Amino acid sequence: MRIPPQLERIWPSMPVIGALLFTSVLLLLFGASPLESYAAMWEGAFGTQAKLLSVIAFWIPLVFSSAGLLLTFKAGLWNIGIEGQIILGSIGASWVALNVDAPSYLLIPLAILASMIAGALWAALTGLLKTRGGVHEIFGGLALNNLAIILTNFLISGPWQPPEGGTFRGTQPFQDGVLLPRFADSRFSPLSLVLLVVAYGLVVLALRNTFWGLKLKALGQNARSAFLLGVSSNREAVIAMMFCGALAGLGGGVRVLSWFDSLRQSISGGIGYLSLLVVMLAQFRLLWVPLIALFFSVVLNGSITLQLRTQLHSSLGGILTGITVLFMLLFGDAKRLGFNTLSEEDDDE
Amino acid sequence: MKGMKGWVLFGVLSVLALTLAACAPAATPEPAAEAEPFKFGLVLVGPRNDRGWSQAHYEGGLYVEENMPGAEMILFELLNPADKPEATLEGVVDDMVADGAKLIFTTSDEFEEDTLGVAEKYPGITFINVSGDDALTGEAPANLGNIMGRMEDMKAVAGCAAALATQTGHIGYLGPLINFETRRLTASAYLGARYCYENYRELNADDLEFTVTWIGFWFNIPGVTLDPTEVTTNFFDTGVDVVMSGIDTTEGIDVAGQRAAADEVVWAVPYDFEGACETAPFICLGVPYFNWGPAYLETAAAVNDGSWKQSWDWNPPYWEDLTDNSRTAAGWVNGEGLAAELQAHLNDFISGLASGDINVWSGPINLQDGSEYIAAGAVASDSEIWYLPQLLEGMEGPSE
Repeated sequence: MRIPPQLERIWPSMPVIGALLFTSVLLLLFGASPLESYAAMWEGAFGTQAKLLSVIAFWIPLVFSSAGLLLTFKAGLWNIGIEGQIILGSIGASWVALNVDAPSYLLIPLAILASMIAGALWAALTGLLKTRGGVHEIFGGLALNNLAIILTNFLISGPWQPPEGGTFRGTQPFQDGVLLPRFADSRFSPLSLVLLVVAYGLVVLALRNTFWGLKLKALGQNARSAFLLGVSSNREAVIAMMFCGALAGLGGGVRVLSWFDSLRQSISGGIGYLSLLVVMLAQFRLLWVPLIALFFSVVLNGSITLQLRTQLHSSLGGILTGITVLFMLLFGDAKRLGFNTLSEEDDDE
Repeated sequence: MKGMKGWVLFGVLSVLALTLAACAPAATPEPAAEAEPFKFGLVLVGPRNDRGWSQAHYEGGLYVEENMPGAEMILFELLNPADKPEATLEGVVDDMVADGAKLIFTTSDEFEEDTLGVAEKYPGITFINVSGDDALTGEAPANLGNIMGRMEDMKAVAGCAAALATQTGHIGYLGPLINFETRRLTASAYLGARYCYENYRELNADDLEFTVTWIGFWFNIPGVTLDPTEVTTNFFDTGVDVVMSGIDTTEGIDVAGQRAAADEVVWAVPYDFEGACETAPFICLGVPYFNWGPAYLETAAAVNDGSWKQSWDWNPPYWEDLTDNSRTAAGWVNGEGLAAELQAHLNDFISGLASGDINVWSGPINLQDGSEYIAAGAVASDSEIWYLPQLLEGMEGPSE
């Protein structure tokens, strides 16, 4: 069955539309008006400057890790360890924030660099476990995610605990000089947006216009023949993981240096898993990724107001994202549904 | 034609949604309110039904709604970065204020720092941070107050019950993490235990063993905290026969119940939730719990009529009836595990605390390192109790 090209272009938004309709039905069952609910969500995301800035501030780390995942997915890797890579990035930045004394113009680049290195090294572990130890990256990644959480908890309740002791909440607030300059009392730092635009541009460039991008693609399509053609699958896999980890780590760094001002018990809270969803929903199309990430940020931020306004269940935002996943599974795999025109050739339109 | 399935489903859902949307009532009419509406916000760190800390606050909010005409609660639960990475206290407060909240309770020490920020941002709104001390230290702006229940007294009662019951003379305390609050609560339990061991059991209080094991957090996090089940098991294996819990979850009484079922002579004192004895009633010596309703109601009424003034409230229990939830800030429910004649001693202890004849915080009290904290003949002040720097002499376990 063929579908018209116009429809094909908006195909990735179908799960979203379906999920909205389905959630409308749910809201009606709970006795809430869908129109009012979506209006509350809209207000929660765009109602004031502060809310809009919060949407953007949450969106930035999400796109950082999604950008990283574009590389690993391209290489055929399921980098579920992205969550841990974000966390390690935040730990790296926190280490600089807590241990280095320098002027701001040195401290901020150092903290950002440390977050990228920490994320990259953590990702390399997953990569090496796969290439050297034969541990599939899904299992290695999941294990390392847990380890990252344990490491955070150890740090904030042990060596990095605040002087008054004890609490499991987080470290002492960082020195002011290391925090990214924020816009208008919000948690949004324009600097992080600049970094994001540069990083995303580089990822797009690497995937489209470099030989390395081609190698990753070969690897992703067929690792064995790529190897026969002279692409070292192990080496490229680890390198792809490390670049992804660096980007995710940078997202984690932004999280501690502008969203929070200290290392907290749960610094990511599932942003990594969400970014996996973003990239799959976008079907690896480079331009869709930031838009779908924005959709999630809008839904999650909007659902705060929705919850307060309707006093419905607190996980309504989560339900909406969950339903989106289900609809993605229903609509998403176009090939299996018989739409042969949607081939992977289109993936970097 | 497999692809048709998706479209059919899509079509069905669209039609369904549109039909239902058309049928939906345009807007729910507001019930004609007799009293002037008064909106207040309640921010919880956990879920409203955790059978512990957060649930107690939620019930306090419901109590205000029930007892104050026109009161309406705006609830936000699970505000923590693990459950809601996208939410911030400031964002939630922005919405509550926009919806007309005049008073906002932030019910965790997790929110202490952020509550300072929003209180400065909204000087016309009253904020209450539970368990904090910003109003005491003077850091807080005039529209921010603190409320805490005086659990220390109930912990002394709990310690007394444990000392009355113990046959081995060894009490185990399952502690969460170490901070001022947990130190003073644990120390109060110890002082209550000493008093009753000496005065009712007529034994030497210095022979009473009191071991504190801190698991590292308010509940078990595998791989990070000590496992409270293992800690409790270890207590019972090393001569402890009464385990007191200071954590949010029920492992202490769970393990004690299993041990008792295997004919061991053990008891437990759970914590935080009025119904916590239900797990193993026959070995439960009683439970100390928080009750926020009366303080919240008083605060809401004062804010509503404009008479609220900043204060740092450390609210005492209602001694006439420790289970009267319309009056007490901290309660104690007797357990079936305490034998009748021992219960009589405990009642005597409680009435002594009530009348002021007994004050477990009377000197001489030494800190764990042996230095004098409260001199003989003196009584600890509120701030000496609140800011207890170490555990006390005679308690086993780390102070920091």
